[in-house]
Amino acid sequence: MSLDTVAVAQTTPDNKQPFAELGLKPDEYARIKEILGRRPTSSELAMYSVMWSEHCSYKSSKVHLKQFSEKAPHSDALLVGIGENAGVVDVGQGYAVTFKIESHNHPSFVEPYQGAATGVGGIVRDILTMGARPIAVMDSLRFGPAEAPDTRRVLPGIVAGVGGYGNCLGLPNIGGEVVFDETYAGNPLVNALCVGVMKHSDIKLAKAAGAGNLVVLFGAKTGGDGIGGVSVLASETFGVGGSTKRPSVQVGDPFVEKILIECSLEIFAEDLVVGIQDLGGAGLSCATSELASGGSGGMKVALDKVPLRDPSLSPEEILMSESQERMCAIVEPHKLPRFLEICKKWDVTVTAIGEVTNGDRLEITWNGEIIVDVPPRTVAHEGPVYNRPLAQPAYIDLVNSQRVNIPIPTTSDEVRAAVLKLAGAPNLADKSWVTSQYDKYVQGNTVQSQPDDSGMVRIDETTHLGVAISTDANANWSYLNPYQGAKLALAEAARNIATAGARPLAVTNCLNFGSPEDPGVMWQFAESVRGLADGCLEMGLPVTGGNVSFYNQTGAVAILPTPVIGVLGVIQDVRTRTPMSFNTAGLDLYLLGDTYEDFAGSEWAFLHGQRVGQSPIADLGREMRLIELLLAGHGEKIFSAAHDLSQGGLSAGLTEMVLRYSIGATISLNNVGIDLLSESPGRVLVAIDPSKSEVLRDLATLQSITLSRIGTTGGDSLKINDCEISLDELRIAHTSTFPRLFG
Amino acid sequence: MATIVVDVMLKPEILDPQGNAVASALPRLGFTFAQSVRQGKRFEIVVEGEPTPEQLAEVEKAAAVLLSNPVIETYAVRVEQ
Amino acid sequence: MRVGVITFPGTLDDRDAARAVNFAGGESVALWHANADLKGVDAVILPGGFSYGDYLRCGAISRFAPVMTLVIEAAERGMPVLGICNGFQVLCESHLLPGALTRNSDLHFLCRDQEIEIINNATDWTSAFNNGEKITIPLKNGEGSYQCDDTTLAQLEGEGRVIARYVGENPNGSRNLIAGISNTRGNVVGLMPHPEHAIDPLTGPSAQGLGFFTSILNSMVR
Repeated sequence: MSLDTVAVAQTTPDNKQPFAELGLKPDEYARIKEILGRRPTSSELAMYSVMWSEHCSYKSSKVHLKQFSEKAPHSDALLVGIGENAGVVDVGQGYAVTFKIESHNHPSFVEPYQGAATGVGGIVRDILTMGARPIAVMDSLRFGPAEAPDTRRVLPGIVAGVGGYGNCLGLPNIGGEVVFDETYAGNPLVNALCVGVMKHSDIKLAKAAGAGNLVVLFGAKTGGDGIGGVSVLASETFGVGGSTKRPSVQVGDPFVEKILIECSLEIFAEDLVVGIQDLGGAGLSCATSELASGGSGGMKVALDKVPLRDPSLSPEEILMSESQERMCAIVEPHKLPRFLEICKKWDVTVTAIGEVTNGDRLEITWNGEIIVDVPPRTVAHEGPVYNRPLAQPAYIDLVNSQRVNIPIPTTSDEVRAAVLKLAGAPNLADKSWVTSQYDKYVQGNTVQSQPDDSGMVRIDETTHLGVAISTDANANWSYLNPYQGAKLALAEAARNIATAGARPLAVTNCLNFGSPEDPGVMWQFAESVRGLADGCLEMGLPVTGGNVSFYNQTGAVAILPTPVIGVLGVIQDVRTRTPMSFNTAGLDLYLLGDTYEDFAGSEWAFLHGQRVGQSPIADLGREMRLIELLLAGHGEKIFSAAHDLSQGGLSAGLTEMVLRYSIGATISLNNVGIDLLSESPGRVLVAIDPSKSEVLRDLATLQSITLSRIGTTGGDSLKINDCEISLDELRIAHTSTFPRLFG
Repeated sequence: MATIVVDVMLKPEILDPQGNAVASALPRLGFTFAQSVRQGKRFEIVVEGEPTPEQLAEVEKAAAVLLSNPVIETYAVRVEQ
Repeated sequence: MRVGVITFPGTLDDRDAARAVNFAGGESVALWHANADLKGVDAVILPGGFSYGDYLRCGAISRFAPVMTLVIEAAERGMPVLGICNGFQVLCESHLLPGALTRNSDLHFLCRDQEIEIINNATDWTSAFNNGEKITIPLKNGEGSYQCDDTTLAQLEGEGRVIARYVGENPNGSRNLIAGISNTRGNVVGLMPHPEHAIDPLTGPSAQGLGFFTSILNSMVR
């Protein structure tokens, strides 16, 4: 096949091109012709098709996501906001921390190990590209029913992939989630988070500035990985039974990425780059157009210089390739020799493939012939923007009008059965089967990890400054009320930061939804974004970046709306953090916050097949006061332990606390069924030495937070009113589930 | 051009959990032919022209020193026809 | 007391090993795999990680690094050498220690706080412990199953060269629950679990791993 150059395109305007197969709509194709003043070459068509795909262009979500900027609360801590590879916040002492969460859902269903592995690889590169040393990862995973055969295929592969890649990179895994629900059968969610640290002066941005500066590709060689994966996989749902459009999955090599990290950090330390971008979804198409857009506006690239693993690749395929572990840097010519030296030390493949130009075109040649000549902004930033129709789905009024119909335990036997049932429920059971496949120790700075409320790492070994991160979502609440669901997830993540004594600072998010072409799904999305934006404004927490994953559905059935919210906070001295549980007897247990009959969307309701009712209404004012109470109490050193209550309510909270260090508790509850199983938000369970109770009362009064003393710690059983469960029995119920299910 | 193949297997007395995992998975998929399964590695070494006895001796040395760990593995060298 | 810590491409726990050496009162010295230069150190640590991505076999490629030629020579002259996890694998591939580390018997990577018993405190790296002392330090690996033939096993046990054993359930299928061994002289020790991650209860399960590092400093004083 002869090369489709710009010259050829100019003289053959009527050639039929496979724009539809590449995922472009007729009006989008027409617009490309309008932008270029001619038909696109096949290489240009490939570029536009990947960059204008949903995954890369955010065409369905942009109009809603701009609320994060419009409603952004003022924050002195924000150094780099939305728009760059990841957000950056100032955490004091000259340090900046960058963090982001991203999805890799569809590939993980196709090839669980590699899908999850490359998901981790991708988010780590995003952090590296900001100029930071990655210091930790977290993973938020959602699967179909725990007992389903396909879950037994998917879960072990995904967990092995997350661990296999992250462990080999030397990044501690400090937390995450594992959730089961039939909604995710066929559409598992793999949301990977990475956090990195650097000094303020190290921050790097993705822009190609300075005509004459070189465009340098380094890292792995380019092969045929995931060709068209972005535009095809993430922009179409899986047809029931159809597999024709699934192209090759990306295969990752964590060793190459580890070398890339070390090599890049040495390059950054010597200030050898003007701008840098990692090659993720849409590979070179993305890197070149983004870098060019971010800088002076012009770039020339000789595509034939790209080092190839597979010499048979055509230019179109090279442009679309999603081979992993590659980065693209802009380097001043006089700094190139040193750049090459460092790459040689680490044995990293490196090639100068082009240069920044004056002017405003991205020009790509193949053996001297021009195959791409486009305005880069039209590729990277001026993609289609859809204002998709949205309509509140019929189910909302229907489910909201129904009452949850569940048994409420009252007798001692019923209480015991309920506590044990929740302890062993897959969504609440001990997750060691998963988390023991992750290295949490490497780098020697992990202070908190699973099963604590948040992951916490020390970032300065002298001052003990640290950061804490939590990721949370509640798809049941988002289903019942997407606006409230997003706010509630935000509040929960922030609360999880504060229980340890860290102050919440910034937000990232991964928004997992069904097809945006479904007005009901689009409504769920719009409401969720509105809720998150409003919530962030009220709580003073800026959204620094995030990710949208659409088309999570099989056939016409979308997943429950699942916005995953990540909150990062800072703690001045990690040694002072409040642990999640107690290791002494004789402490008083207090419940902070109010308990109402909030069963809609609860785990108890879920276990009884119920997903109806009205979600709680977020009271962010009260959540913020609760956070202040937790931070003040931490400051005054009154807490021996503090644990957030969420799914599974007080029952799960107590189970987790007593089993952590094997110290029991004696609890008295007035409305035992409701008190134990309700999932009212804004509640924390704390253990304090009785001598501190006055201080606690004063702080609670100051913040107008309800305080109830519910019991004491000690013994080798969990006693709730007249019900007694030995810790041994509780532990067996809690820890047997995962080994039984997954071997 | 010719291809020299080096097959490396764990010694029979060494536990092979990967082979065992495969052996367990086969019947779950309806394949009942296997009594046991061992998993190994295969190296394909491309050389110019026909391999000489000297070259094969070199490959044997490489197999003993790098391609296999003689403490736990055995190897076999052959020329692919 | 200068203790070299080698970095191969893919080594992960070098900074942690260095931190442990410094914490114990020694001076850590970074050694690069490609430089045949031990910089006059008094002892060498081969830290944990995934050198060369565990390509071919764990430690199989690292063992041929230029720095390893010097390490082998020095070890044969009596220099103390500690191999942790991947480092242990490199020592076995180099034949400084017998046997080999293979895939965990249940095929999963396992990270957990592991209790081990120190059963030979006559080596350069275990002198700070009492025989029979039990400590809890992290175990984190996918290829930690120690294997050797019966002759070697008899030799190791008979000569007291098993220096640490797993307590309780066998975490990875290692023969005789072996967690660590030494050479005949006692200067070369291979250990599967990670003492460098147990030097501070803030970031590890205990501070009981520090003994390996104080041992070597004491040994060098002698």
